[in-house]
Amino acid sequence: MSEQRDEPQGEPASQPDPATDTATTPAATHGISTSTDLADGEWHRLHPATPLFRGGIAFIVVLGIVISNFRDRAIDFFFGGDGDFAGEGDPIDFIVEQELVLVALLALIGVLLLFIAGFWLSWRMHTFRITDEVVEVRSGILFRTNRKGRLDRIQGVNVGRPFIPRLFGAAKLEVSVAGNDANVQLSYLHSRTADALRADILRLASGARREASGGAGTAGGAGSAGAHDLGGMLDERVSEFLAPELDPALAEPEAVLRMNPGRLIGSTVLSETTIVFVLLIIGLTVGIIVSGELFLLVGFLPALLGLGGYLVSRITRSLRYSIASTPDGVRVGFGLLSTTNETLPPGRIHSVRVSQPLLWRPSGWWQIAVNRASRSSQSGAAGQQQTTILPVGNLDDVRTVLRLLLPDVATDDVMPVLERGLTSSGRDEEGAAPDGFVNSPPRARILRWFSQPRNGFAVSDGAVMLRRGAIWRDLAIVPFPRMQSVSVRQGPLLRSLRLAAIQVHTVAGPITPSLGALDVTQAMELFDTVAGAAIRSAQTDRTHRWRSGSGEAPGEAAPAEPTIERTPEAEA
Amino acid sequence: MSVQDQTDSADTPARRLERAETEWQRVSPKYIVVDVVGYVIFGALMTAAAFVPFWVGWEFGWILGVGMAVLFLLVIAFTPRRVRSIGYLLREDDLLFRRGIMFQRFVAVPYGRMQLVDITRGPVARALGLAELKFVTAAASSGVLIPGLPLETAEQLRDHLVAVAETRRAGL
Repeated sequence: MSEQRDEPQGEPASQPDPATDTATTPAATHGISTSTDLADGEWHRLHPATPLFRGGIAFIVVLGIVISNFRDRAIDFFFGGDGDFAGEGDPIDFIVEQELVLVALLALIGVLLLFIAGFWLSWRMHTFRITDEVVEVRSGILFRTNRKGRLDRIQGVNVGRPFIPRLFGAAKLEVSVAGNDANVQLSYLHSRTADALRADILRLASGARREASGGAGTAGGAGSAGAHDLGGMLDERVSEFLAPELDPALAEPEAVLRMNPGRLIGSTVLSETTIVFVLLIIGLTVGIIVSGELFLLVGFLPALLGLGGYLVSRITRSLRYSIASTPDGVRVGFGLLSTTNETLPPGRIHSVRVSQPLLWRPSGWWQIAVNRASRSSQSGAAGQQQTTILPVGNLDDVRTVLRLLLPDVATDDVMPVLERGLTSSGRDEEGAAPDGFVNSPPRARILRWFSQPRNGFAVSDGAVMLRRGAIWRDLAIVPFPRMQSVSVRQGPLLRSLRLAAIQVHTVAGPITPSLGALDVTQAMELFDTVAGAAIRSAQTDRTHRWRSGSGEAPGEAAPAEPTIERTPEAEA
Repeated sequence: MSVQDQTDSADTPARRLERAETEWQRVSPKYIVVDVVGYVIFGALMTAAAFVPFWVGWEFGWILGVGMAVLFLLVIAFTPRRVRSIGYLLREDDLLFRRGIMFQRFVAVPYGRMQLVDITRGPVARALGLAELKFVTAAASSGVLIPGLPLETAEQLRDHLVAVAETRRAGL
């Protein structure tokens, strides 16, 4: 074990990462000062209670159950009793009869020690380090795993505080890199250290050459060196537990969007699930009245419980929701008991969809979802996938969030177009394309009964916007630097109407940005425009190293190597 | 930007998707054989399956089987045309790919978006010296799969694509 300390000095030198040499200069090692001592390129260990949070609790629970089951027997053993328990074949009777008590106790203590040693060893062997290029985790006793995530490939950093670890002041930090199950998890860390470390990781990833301005991350300086007397520790826990979910030092108050609980509850109630439930109730009531059989109520009870649980969990998970602009990207945080917050660095959003279910229209509520290149293991607000960025908001909120998510796209010039993309019916203004959108021709009405006037697209300097749906309205926005390819297709039916369909390809996610029933020539024009813009924007886009200035030549951007290596050898 | 001031397409009678480019790279005509062999095997299996109701005793079940056979014969009959419709074009900064007659599809993929290039060869294609090249991006739906390339063309194309992708790298 002692050689583990020696490794860091040798390793960075003997294993230079060939892929990243172009992206940062070697001098960067000295250039960046960080606010925790954890991101210094040395190996560090996690929170000492990690094994407990990661499964030790289950072990203790099992132990508790076993002990409580033996309670009667222990009383009997020490104070005497009738000694008549389970009868024949009881293992304890057998042990007592065979006078193996000592052996059994020794075995029990041995097993316990083995478990404790295992936990301790797994904690010792679970180390991580953060260098200027990678975040790396090594774990496992017999089967060693080594996971590296490239910092310039980071898609987001997630700090999760499940309820019980949160009580103990621990947090889970997850660095998402592109790909399925490709995330590097540091679980668990001291709560305050986690926040500071997140700021450090993002600062390193941003390619910054200087100390970041602003107070982000300075709070965690002495993370693990907290008060040692019990009272101080308790105070610290309580104040941490009661602290606001979003550290006020992290973002300007005007750059923060919070959610009104009333709206949250209203939007949850006005969902399709509720409609299904109401229909179910009506059906059951009719059934009971018609058949006169009251036992039908039995089938209705579990559904009620299920729906209640679902609604409550949706609401508690999204309470204290906030979305804020920080220097290193958009921070989305939420949760009442278990809290989660995720920071998305600039340029990690592959497409955005603003949508409005039918029931939300009277109140003017919208929902925003995004496509991202990474999958987080933690579920997001309202129990939905973490791809839902804004569970519910009005038009002002949508504007704010779009500005946060796509600062290059949602500029003041484009915002009116975006708004028309949301609310315009496409019909109320005169002329062929009055609202900045090119819509389906009238002959497409056969295919788009209600949405034909609204079904259209608009192109801005930074993105293509696809507007669909008159009943379930939605607008998909794909920023050009992030789109992968574009296709146009036509089958016999579309051909007979001189129409074509277009699809912009992005990384997989809840959004499929496609648009059907466009005029054939306009579709082909859009195809050419989008294909050309994708090329041009790729040459100028620099968001993956968002603070590195204009030092790099266009062609020298970080290469898109496979983003994660389980072992260092995989690179060879 | 430029798409908004399009003239109404009523005076352009074209119903199909048309492109100005004419110098498409075509795939090898030998690929017709590969395609036909594939469809013959698949069609035979499907036809056999469609005849099952007839054999079990349904009197008019043969209609199903015959229908299936006719369908596959039609598909096979159109194979030469379908194969001729497959084309690709190496433009300056992107790859343009087309396929389909009945169901036309055009894809444009900027070289910089390439994640990897796959070359695969099935048994029939190998016997004819052909290979299949797949251009993979971060989006699963890009679906650029160029079949029926002579092996050395495929390898040259792969090396070329990797080289141009390297000079046009972009973030993900």
